[in-house]
Amino acid sequence: MNIAAAANETLAHNSNLLVYSAMAVYTLAFVAHMSEWVFGSRSKVARTAAALTSQATAPATASAKVAQQGGGTAVLERPKVITKSAAGSRDVPDGPGAAGGTEKGDLYGRIAISLTVLAWGLHVGGVITRALSVQRAPWGNMYEFSTTFAAVAVGIYLLLLTLRKNVRWIGLPLVTTVLLDLGLAVSVLYTASDQLVPALHSYWLWIHVSCAILSGAVLYLGAVATLLFLFRDRYEAKLADPAGKQPGAFATSVLERLPSAASLDKFAYRVNATVFPLWTFTIIAGAIWAEAAWGRYWGWDPKEVWAFITWVGYACYLHARSTAGWKGRKAAWLGLIAFACYLFNYYGVNIFVTGLHSYAGV
Amino acid sequence: MSTKTDTPREPGPAADPGSDLGAAGSQLSTAPQEEVTLPSLGPIGWVRWFWRQLTSMRVALLLLFLLSIGAIPGSLIPQTSIDPVKVDQFKADHTTLGDIYDKLGMFHVYSSVWFSAIYLLLFISLIGCIVPRSWQFVGQLRGRPPGAPRRLTRLPAYTTWRTDAAPEEVLGAAQRLLKKRRFRAHRAGTAVAAEKGYLREAGNLVFHVALIVMLVAFAVGSLWKSEGGKLVTEGDGFANSLTQFDDFKSGAFFDTDTMEPFGFTLNKFEATYERSGPQKGTPRTFRAHLTYYTGADGKEHRRAVEVNTPLDIAGSKVFLLSHGYAPEVTVKDGRGKVVYQGAVPFLPQDPKNLTSTGVVKVPGAQTKDGKRNQLGFQGFFVPTFGGKGSGSMFSQFPALDYPVLTLTAYHGDLGVDSGLPQNVYQLQKKYLKQYKVKGAPLAKMMLPGETMKLPNGDGSIQFTGIKNWASFKITHQPGNGLALAGAVAALLGLAGSLFIQRRRVWVRAEPGADGVTVVEMAGLGRSESPRLPEELGDLAAALEPDAPLVPDAATGPDAPTTGSDAATGPESDPQPEPAPAAGSGSEDPAEPTDSDGPAEPSEGARA
Repeated sequence: MNIAAAANETLAHNSNLLVYSAMAVYTLAFVAHMSEWVFGSRSKVARTAAALTSQATAPATASAKVAQQGGGTAVLERPKVITKSAAGSRDVPDGPGAAGGTEKGDLYGRIAISLTVLAWGLHVGGVITRALSVQRAPWGNMYEFSTTFAAVAVGIYLLLLTLRKNVRWIGLPLVTTVLLDLGLAVSVLYTASDQLVPALHSYWLWIHVSCAILSGAVLYLGAVATLLFLFRDRYEAKLADPAGKQPGAFATSVLERLPSAASLDKFAYRVNATVFPLWTFTIIAGAIWAEAAWGRYWGWDPKEVWAFITWVGYACYLHARSTAGWKGRKAAWLGLIAFACYLFNYYGVNIFVTGLHSYAGV
Repeated sequence: MSTKTDTPREPGPAADPGSDLGAAGSQLSTAPQEEVTLPSLGPIGWVRWFWRQLTSMRVALLLLFLLSIGAIPGSLIPQTSIDPVKVDQFKADHTTLGDIYDKLGMFHVYSSVWFSAIYLLLFISLIGCIVPRSWQFVGQLRGRPPGAPRRLTRLPAYTTWRTDAAPEEVLGAAQRLLKKRRFRAHRAGTAVAAEKGYLREAGNLVFHVALIVMLVAFAVGSLWKSEGGKLVTEGDGFANSLTQFDDFKSGAFFDTDTMEPFGFTLNKFEATYERSGPQKGTPRTFRAHLTYYTGADGKEHRRAVEVNTPLDIAGSKVFLLSHGYAPEVTVKDGRGKVVYQGAVPFLPQDPKNLTSTGVVKVPGAQTKDGKRNQLGFQGFFVPTFGGKGSGSMFSQFPALDYPVLTLTAYHGDLGVDSGLPQNVYQLQKKYLKQYKVKGAPLAKMMLPGETMKLPNGDGSIQFTGIKNWASFKITHQPGNGLALAGAVAALLGLAGSLFIQRRRVWVRAEPGADGVTVVEMAGLGRSESPRLPEELGDLAAALEPDAPLVPDAATGPDAPTTGSDAATGPESDPQPEPAPAAGSGSEDPAEPTDSDGPAEPSEGARA
């Protein structure tokens, strides 16, 4: 037992080193992302404004898109599909991204992504060594949950990048929050590597907590997109109304490089809708575990209540998005509130409210 | 997308953009339509208005939002059902606020009138929504996909080409193709109408019905449940009957006659704790070894019960809740007779290191001259004593490393003969006198084996050993299976309603002006999806062998297959409003005729 404990401590120590190294590299990635945004601001593209003003005269060209078909001669052999957006949408093209079409900005952006990949490798290494040091799922306390959460969020981002989705715009906010999350984890929430209390000895730990982490990480990406949607939407609304107040130079410089409000909204919706069943499953799995551990599947424990509130919040968001008068900004606010509930359920309930879920010593 | 689409097809240009799709766009979902009309006067009118409001999406949304807000106070204010002691504490600390909260039902939020009102209204709204939608859905399943709208170019995804094949052949091939791809397809005039993804709506309905099932299961569970606690010392047992429980709660409809006969004995309780490191003292294992039986003369079985592994027995479950220590004592009275011998459970006051308190009541004791002299002992038990130097009776570790029992003694009348129920963990000191030695209360710290003598030769108490006790929760909760079934159905329904796309595809083939067949294909989905154009492209490609392309005379050789010529006309209508300029021309047949427009759409290309 003692020999094992000694070996564990070496691993735990290595895990901490890896997490600290990951933070250092994330910081470099953060700097690179900042450079990307700074260099990108030098190009004066003003595409959005151009699109919005040109729309008044020639909407047809902007609205028509050709769906991607196979390359080469196949294009000639196949009828092209013409798509048309729903009435009422602005039909603004996506911004060029942080680099703003500049070569230098793009270079820094690529450096930032490479650094993020490297940092993520170290980060995942840290999580795995932590798990090995305790021979269990590394989700027994808030420190472990936070580090895994950040690793999963970055992992999903990198996965979307490899799937060639247009998600480079999320890089800077993501790296920033990952640094904040890890900073909190290593300073405030740190708990030395140890075994679990008996209540956590269950295979449901693997199922319930992993789903909670995965849902949270995806919902986080949705929330970032929703927040940016709100900014970008107001920006587009201002541009669409030349008589009204126009956005400032800084806002223009940043916001014009983001994807269009419609794209951000769509991304947020897709992300949230995809993960909503998983969040539902997280709660159901938690209920099944609660039934096994405490004798009731639902007992209005604060954690359960807030998981339920989060669930209802996202249900509101999904309904609002398909209800006239609520779609758009109102639905976006609901989405943000729902994510705030998730965050409160994690930080607020664990730290400030006593309940059955608060046995891990933070 | 809440246009009133129940009106028959209306090709008028003044109608809103959705209406030129006519029935084609209708009922792609059975989502309720928004009503904005004011109610007519009269009670029936008001009831109808109220019902419509309640079942509208907007009110449902509002109720959902209220439900989540209403759930918040219950997580922040102590709840009677979870921790009654905390509630009392709160009331004592905040007298005014406590009263207000009490009136608002804040100490039992989840069973309060207003919270129940919210969720009941929500569920009524839900039922009012599901029932008509289910009928509509059944109607849609029995009916056929609506025919093609006149102007397919208006649809979100559209393609066209010219072919040598006869219209009949093309339509036949299209119908076969669509059926092969599991669309429901039928011929309607010069077009094939097809629809797919009905499981989306089915999933949606299943999900909402499952929510109701879960509510019913929850109600059944709380009305028929029973839940009791029992503290068992090693060697002792429990049999499932009302009198055996230390505390017992049951739902309104629970009938004690239905309690199944079963029981168990606690043979041994094991606990291990972290011995070192920052989490020293944190429990690592709790295991209760039981021998149990079911039925009146059931066979005995052995099993270990742990925190996450309850014992499933005769429809009930036995959970391990907590544990503690029960010092074994032997009490002799003034006559030297053993009047009490056994283990007395002490309750932990400090959950981490198990500093415990308890009492020993000896009602049968007498003085040496035979007078009635009931004895009571009160004190602390610590599993790991800090040593004489520490000066306090606080345990340093939860395991039995250095067990010490400290007792003081009382004599007189315990009050147990009055017939009134008494807390077994407290002494009622009203008629008791504390033993004193030279004016100071008698107290002694005892190690196992040690004895404390009472003054006046009134007897002695010996600390003979320590047993573990474990407390169990025995619950019987019907409706768990139903709740689980509901949850699984809800999950599947939800996945179906979010991941399946419901979409319609139309294929029209008509002879053009020059006798060459013009094929048009268009798709419509409930929501804008990038998959719809892709699917339409795939379908078009799959249909091509049966409707080979003929180069368009009007366009350049580099883009012979473009559909833009057909698209440019209608596409140039400003989208949000019906076009005033195009208004006069919109009565034209929807059929695209060749125009000289160059292939523009590709310009907007993918980013």
